[in-house]
Amino acid sequence: MNNPNWPIFAIFGLGVVLTLGVGFYCVMVTRNLIRALIGLEVLTKAVTLLLVLCGYVAGRMALAQTLAITLIVVEVAVMVVAVSLFLGIFRRTGSIRSTDIQNLKG
Amino acid sequence: MNALDVVLVAALVVSATMTVMTARLLRAVIGLAITSAILTMIMFRLAAPIAGVFELSVCAGLIPAIFISAIGLTRRLAAEELPARQQERLRRFWPLPVLLVLAIIVLTQWPLPIGLPDSQGPEPVTDLSTLLWNARPADLLAQVALLLGGAFAVVMLVKNVGREHE
Repeated sequence: MNNPNWPIFAIFGLGVVLTLGVGFYCVMVTRNLIRALIGLEVLTKAVTLLLVLCGYVAGRMALAQTLAITLIVVEVAVMVVAVSLFLGIFRRTGSIRSTDIQNLKG
Repeated sequence: MNALDVVLVAALVVSATMTVMTARLLRAVIGLAITSAILTMIMFRLAAPIAGVFELSVCAGLIPAIFISAIGLTRRLAAEELPARQQERLRRFWPLPVLLVLAIIVLTQWPLPIGLPDSQGPEPVTDLSTLLWNARPADLLAQVALLLGGAFAVVMLVKNVGREHE
């Protein structure tokens, strides 16, 4: 608690925890695949903020920004591939609801 | 504690909550873009302007455009389906604001036992480009591979859509 950055870490850390909660809840509860992907994006926002926040309080901003940029690129690639998969599912089943996808069920 | 920090964090959480709770997917995508814009402001506040610019251009610009294109390729809900879906969504998502308020109360009253080290010393490499190009080449290679993979996925998607229209 002696670190002068503790108040900033506390308030933005609370934001990280709450945003993570929102993203997890959305991914767990929704049945719409695109909405689940939006929940995953919200989760990624929280992780990006956590990376930048940790870099700020540790005084390692260059490293934190490098990791944040890498995370953004990963986010884009994951999102594009997931959207193309969901559109393929939509063309086969006519729906983007996870409850309508039973073909891979064991 | 800076009042601006509190406002930014509150805006981020409210925006994220509205994004996942709103009824229409298009509104959810716009909410996601607003969330990214607020995160960019937080990044500027936390002295990360270059990552903030990436966040603004990619996450508030490119990703919503791809989402809107994808939503445009799917079927819009019929008017008679909409009330049932909205009720189902409300039933699934109503605990979220309650849980968030509870989490705020618990975390402000009983904060997590996390401490910060007193001092980390000076940063070994302070220049972002030097760090990215010289110290972390594996990150760059992975980014190039991921971007190529994403581009390949988009090409396959557009190719299949074109065939269906023929």
